[in-house]
Amino acid sequence: MATQDPRPESIALLEKLAAALIARGVVTEEQIAQKQASADRSNPETGARMVARAWIDPEWRALLLRDGTAAAEAMGISMRGNPPLGVLEDTETVHHLVVCTLCSCYPRAIIGYPPHWYKSSAYRSRAVREPRAVLAEFGTVLPAGVQVRVLDSTADYRWMVLPLRPAGTEGWSEDELTALVSRDHLVGVSLPDAQRKVSRAA
Amino acid sequence: MSTGAGVIDAARFAPGQSVRVKDARPERIARLHLRTPHYVRGRLGQIQRVLGTFPNPEDLAFNRPAEARVLYHVLFEQQPVWGEGQAGDTLLIELFEHWLEEV
Repeated sequence: MATQDPRPESIALLEKLAAALIARGVVTEEQIAQKQASADRSNPETGARMVARAWIDPEWRALLLRDGTAAAEAMGISMRGNPPLGVLEDTETVHHLVVCTLCSCYPRAIIGYPPHWYKSSAYRSRAVREPRAVLAEFGTVLPAGVQVRVLDSTADYRWMVLPLRPAGTEGWSEDELTALVSRDHLVGVSLPDAQRKVSRAA
Repeated sequence: MSTGAGVIDAARFAPGQSVRVKDARPERIARLHLRTPHYVRGRLGQIQRVLGTFPNPEDLAFNRPAEARVLYHVLFEQQPVWGEGQAGDTLLIELFEHWLEEV
């Protein structure tokens, strides 16, 4: 992720806001520190592992689809204070693509911070209007006969896509499968491929 | 910020039922916080799933007491919404009960 040093006036403003919230008893310093730590810990590998496990274990898959929050908790991710997680299962006939046209809702607890393009007005307006053109720009070619279902994340859930298990991965371990799944696959802009291991370099 | 789905006591709509999104644009006359995308206002959709109850964001955003409202996943065909696109492609959107009407 491209990082830019925050402007000193932004830091000063943030410090004033935090001090005011603490002074009024809205939050404690410990709560802020905890939230920061959990935000720093979350990254797409969690979501990737949830997907890999669903490809191997039908019982886990059922739990993941029924109650994503419970599934995340079962993996040791604290979902307290996070919106409920919903998981959308791709099939041979339907592919899901997630967007938040209103703002930038994103399942941060299990994927980490959204990429800049997810928050751009170009993605937010085009993903609903011309999803196939957007997919094509990500280099994604759907097999003929697959319908696109755009998920506009407008309210209280946060959504993740459970992609189809790629061909040629029969007998692979959970770790090997996890290594194939990227953030983009969990948003639905591209599809996992047995030939393409994901780079997790930050 | 809501933190979890509440218990659904009485959902007015059931999965499979056709609904219409209210064709209203109240944000034109007052400052409001609405979570119903403008492009589906007045459109026909189908209830896919009852997602739970959540505090009404239209009040929550202004720090007013927010009643719990039922939230649904509603499925729309893309073509009637945009007047273009591929047949069979759909949009799945979270919408609150007070924005939906029987067809």
